[in-house]
Amino acid sequence: MLDILNALTVIGNFVIIPGLAYGSQLALGALGVTLVYSVLRFSNFAHGEMMSFGAMLSVLVTFWLQGAGIGAGLLPTALIALPVSILGTVLLCLLIDRLVYRYYRQTRAPNVTYLIVSIGVMFTIGGLVRFIIGPSDRIFTDGSRFIIKARSFKEMTGLNEGLAIKMTQGVTLATAIVIVIAVFWFLNKTRTGKSMRAYSDNEDLALLSGINPERVVMITWIIAAALAAIAGTLYGLDKSFKPFTFLQLLLPIFAAAIVGGVGNPVGAIAGGFVIAFSELFVTFAYKKVLTYLLPESLAPESLMQLLSTEYKIALSFVILVIVLLIRPTGLFSGKTL
Amino acid sequence: MSFLIGKNMTGGYGSVDILHSCTVGVERGEIAVVVGPNGAGKSTAMKAMFGMLALRGGQVIMKGEDITTLKPQERVLKGMGFVPQTQNVFPSMTVEENLEMGAFIRRDDVAETMGQVFDLFPILKDKRHQPAGELSGGQRQQVAVGRALMTRPDVLMLDEPTAGVSPIVMDELFDRIIEIARTDIAILMVEQNAKQALAIADKGYVLVQGANRYTDTGEALLENPDVRRAFLGG
Repeated sequence: MLDILNALTVIGNFVIIPGLAYGSQLALGALGVTLVYSVLRFSNFAHGEMMSFGAMLSVLVTFWLQGAGIGAGLLPTALIALPVSILGTVLLCLLIDRLVYRYYRQTRAPNVTYLIVSIGVMFTIGGLVRFIIGPSDRIFTDGSRFIIKARSFKEMTGLNEGLAIKMTQGVTLATAIVIVIAVFWFLNKTRTGKSMRAYSDNEDLALLSGINPERVVMITWIIAAALAAIAGTLYGLDKSFKPFTFLQLLLPIFAAAIVGGVGNPVGAIAGGFVIAFSELFVTFAYKKVLTYLLPESLAPESLMQLLSTEYKIALSFVILVIVLLIRPTGLFSGKTL
Repeated sequence: MSFLIGKNMTGGYGSVDILHSCTVGVERGEIAVVVGPNGAGKSTAMKAMFGMLALRGGQVIMKGEDITTLKPQERVLKGMGFVPQTQNVFPSMTVEENLEMGAFIRRDDVAETMGQVFDLFPILKDKRHQPAGELSGGQRQQVAVGRALMTRPDVLMLDEPTAGVSPIVMDELFDRIIEIARTDIAILMVEQNAKQALAIADKGYVLVQGANRYTDTGEALLENPDVRRAFLGG
């Protein structure tokens, strides 16, 4: 019995807790991608760099706040910096929409043009970020490091294995829950949110009903940018802020959005967790767990890892291919907002 | 002077004209029906009156005001309601949300109008929390008409409201349209089911190749032997 509890604790500590945090970050990212897809009708490849830009602003404001001696006590100072970072990212997105995307909207460019344009925007923002803050790794989390420490968990429960919950993981999950509830409330209950869904559902009829497309587009960018800034900051807090990682992060985010069903916000969130947990479960070393569960004679010698962690990114695509083969519209049917 | 009239409309979707000096008009509380063979420009005439098509000649006049150059959205504000033939609902949104979106341009309380729509189409009240995309064809047409009524229009324009619905549902829809006309709304309708449509029409327009061929009361057109032979199958 104790062995089973120990084994579960190991899985909880190394897969469940990190998976919930990583899944929340992917879900927030995928939610932004899905919103842009369903309203503006293109895959926004610049979303990863939008996250990077938001995270960068959080880093800069956090450093400034720390310099000024302002902190959030046990919580990371970055939470105070977040509103500034959201505002900055929103302004950047609105500026890019005004300077770049609006032109293609007016000329009624095909979707593939938008996609290519968004790649250009991606490189531009990426360059801007590295120009401002440099390419190096930055750790900007502060406050209390743990909510539950591994050692105090052991003392509390008397188990051999510890379960640690990092402050950044707790903050990530809590923030994600609040933000997701807020986004769904907005989409389903407010007049503006409903007009966004109407526009995504049937553009022509939305125009006939007097819905202003430019306003819908603007609000979509504001929400997408805010989500990107939040997701980027949370990811940066949890791991560290390194501009180049966001290009790689784009892959699991898109996989999450597509697995859930592109254009479906519920799907984006589910997809985020599906991708996160698959990555962690498949690359997890089960040696310790099996040692607890199996009789001593059968205890494994090797790490008992299905795939080494280097394949993490590729795994998103395997899941993507499997889901698309079995359910081409994604887990939740796509293309609705 | 009609309440809404498209006078001598000439135009089309590119360089080729589809409408050739075509005239269609309707009075308040009346039902006007546009019929004709396929490709006669029936839907085009209606789109022209709603401003979805730039006219090269002629004008559209509503309540004595020339609205020829207004965009469709601006015409909605002037009191026009339009029900497109296809894709006329928001499929992933509930019936109630569809109606709310119909009333998007209104800033006042829309509950009363929604109640009237539910009185007119009681089935929609039962299904108001169901996504419109999950309804049957006839129910979806009711949502589409209801959506257009939410702006409390003076003129309701319907582009083949009975396309793809069963004969029973068609009769039911026509009954509802008569009821709407009784509330002093002008109704302009394009129809494939010419016989049934002319039977409820105060005024009928038979278009052929984008021009008026016959214009009379619905009753007279139904009895006109030429019209019967050529367009109503004897």
